[in-house]
Amino acid sequence: MNNVHRMRRTAGRVGLYTAALAVLAFAVFPVYWVLATALRPTGEIFTREPTLLPRTITFEHFERVLSGVLIPGTSFWSFLTNSLIVTLGAVIVAALLSLLAAVGVARYRFRLRSVFIVLLLVIQMVPVEALIISLFVNFFHLGRTLDMELVNNLAGVFVVYVAVSLPITILMVRNFVNAVPKDLEEAAAIDGAGSWTIFWRILMPLVAPGLAAASIFAFITCWNEFVVAFTFLQNNTGAYTLPISLQYYFGAVSIEWGSIMAASTLLTVPVMIFFLIVQRRMVSGLTMGAVKG
Amino acid sequence: MTQTLERATTPDDPQGPRPRIRSKLVPRRRALAPYLLILPALTALAVVLLWPIVQMVWMSLHDYGLRQLQGQEAEWNGFAHYTAVLTDARFWEIFRNTIVVCLAMVVVTMVLGTLVGILLNKLPTWASTILGLGLMLAWATPVISAAIVYRWLFDTRYGLFNSIMAALPDWLVGSGWEEFNWFNSPSTLFPILIVTVVWQSFPFVAISVLAGLKSIPNELYEAARMDGAGAWKSFWNVTFPMLRPLFALLLVLQVIWDFRIFTQLFILAGGVTNREVALLPVYIYQLGFASTPPNYGMGSAIAVIMTVLVLAITAYYLRVMIRQGETR
Repeated sequence: MNNVHRMRRTAGRVGLYTAALAVLAFAVFPVYWVLATALRPTGEIFTREPTLLPRTITFEHFERVLSGVLIPGTSFWSFLTNSLIVTLGAVIVAALLSLLAAVGVARYRFRLRSVFIVLLLVIQMVPVEALIISLFVNFFHLGRTLDMELVNNLAGVFVVYVAVSLPITILMVRNFVNAVPKDLEEAAAIDGAGSWTIFWRILMPLVAPGLAAASIFAFITCWNEFVVAFTFLQNNTGAYTLPISLQYYFGAVSIEWGSIMAASTLLTVPVMIFFLIVQRRMVSGLTMGAVKG
Repeated sequence: MTQTLERATTPDDPQGPRPRIRSKLVPRRRALAPYLLILPALTALAVVLLWPIVQMVWMSLHDYGLRQLQGQEAEWNGFAHYTAVLTDARFWEIFRNTIVVCLAMVVVTMVLGTLVGILLNKLPTWASTILGLGLMLAWATPVISAAIVYRWLFDTRYGLFNSIMAALPDWLVGSGWEEFNWFNSPSTLFPILIVTVVWQSFPFVAISVLAGLKSIPNELYEAARMDGAGAWKSFWNVTFPMLRPLFALLLVLQVIWDFRIFTQLFILAGGVTNREVALLPVYIYQLGFASTPPNYGMGSAIAVIMTVLVLAITAYYLRVMIRQGETR
């Protein structure tokens, strides 16, 4: 009797670990394959009998990506610079705007408050993919009115990224402002601290982690964004961001898989790092309190 | 203005508590303060997201192409775009494919994600940490990199999958894998698209479900076991009812996210020019940008249809959010 019970338990455990290994392999293998392709010589890539482990490790693909010319007049560094400018710029502006809005929503009761929050929740769901035509037309006309080029230019992409980041960052930062007890601020006010002091000395230190998490969130979204950048920048190779430069490799007669995988790795590394930093908030940020994690 | 104030001091009040004499001014300034605080964000949202929604509806009701983009007056054409779209067999085919592919992605993601969430909960800490990190790798991979690696894994000539299939004995997997092209027809491309999307989305579901499971008190399971419930029964009688709000939310998010799939299909199909393998977002793009001449009006009509569908699902999401008190 006891023996049967133990056998059953062992069988259950074996099943559990087998399942865990299978899931782990499914999740990790494609990531491994990117690296394994990026690090092996071209001869080992273009073969009908690929090996699981690279026989020789080489950095030739990374060197080619970093120093080669994919499109005349550009380089990996210009794509990287464009990506950094447009992403960091949008994140900083979005963080600033969302901090203001979050304080407004969390600390005041005003008539349009719920309307504003509902608007954020709804607009966060409207797919940019559906809006892409009118976004393009809108920015084309706006650029004409303002006498500057918003399409074919990083400026337009930057503005779109700010707006796209706003709903989720405002909602996230708002939760952090809400969590700061008002008594703290009131106590400081009684001690004679001005609003500015209260804001910088009391609110900011407590909200800063939330603001950082929300910013990283926005960073990942903008860093990976494809459809807006592709639509707006298609004809201006000098303004290409990293994700759309990757797409360019497929235009070649024979696809250089080694280089693509190297470039793809370089695109992925910053996201992975940031992801590990905010992983705990990833879930609660996206499900907004449905899970108290 | 009838706003009520909760606090004595407001962050935008530079001098702190004000002297009595100026107290008359204070209520007005305070009433304005929240509006001033949300104004910059609201302006950005209005220009970039709200106005284009209006414009999308407007364009869908007009003849709108390259000439109109350049400034020519657009002509009102009633609901001609909509009647054209709704009577177009191709639209309905793409519409059906979008629904089928989206549902397949959502169902597989939810089931797999839930199972893996339960698995994570059962594993000892060291094992669930390792598996969690592995899941994080898939989740954190940029969408475009994910699409690219799946295209490489299933590459016609040198892809790993075809090589393995070709190496396996023919009596087991059939022959002809050496040059098998996965990306030409919907029946082979969509399954790969589904795998690509599921690969990236199930970790989020799994980790959310894990967090949910941890919040369920153990006594409930013990009570269920006392009543003689097995794993299957205790899932449906304890776990599912307890996590119903979470499942509802995850379901809505997955549907909305999977409905708008663009980048993965763009990479797998090698651009937007392949007319055979479109889903709604790609179809909008084809009409708007990849056809000669571009038909912004027609593209907008389909975009309106898509947005209405998304908003209908969002209405449910809103209900969940309002119940949770997110709008309070």
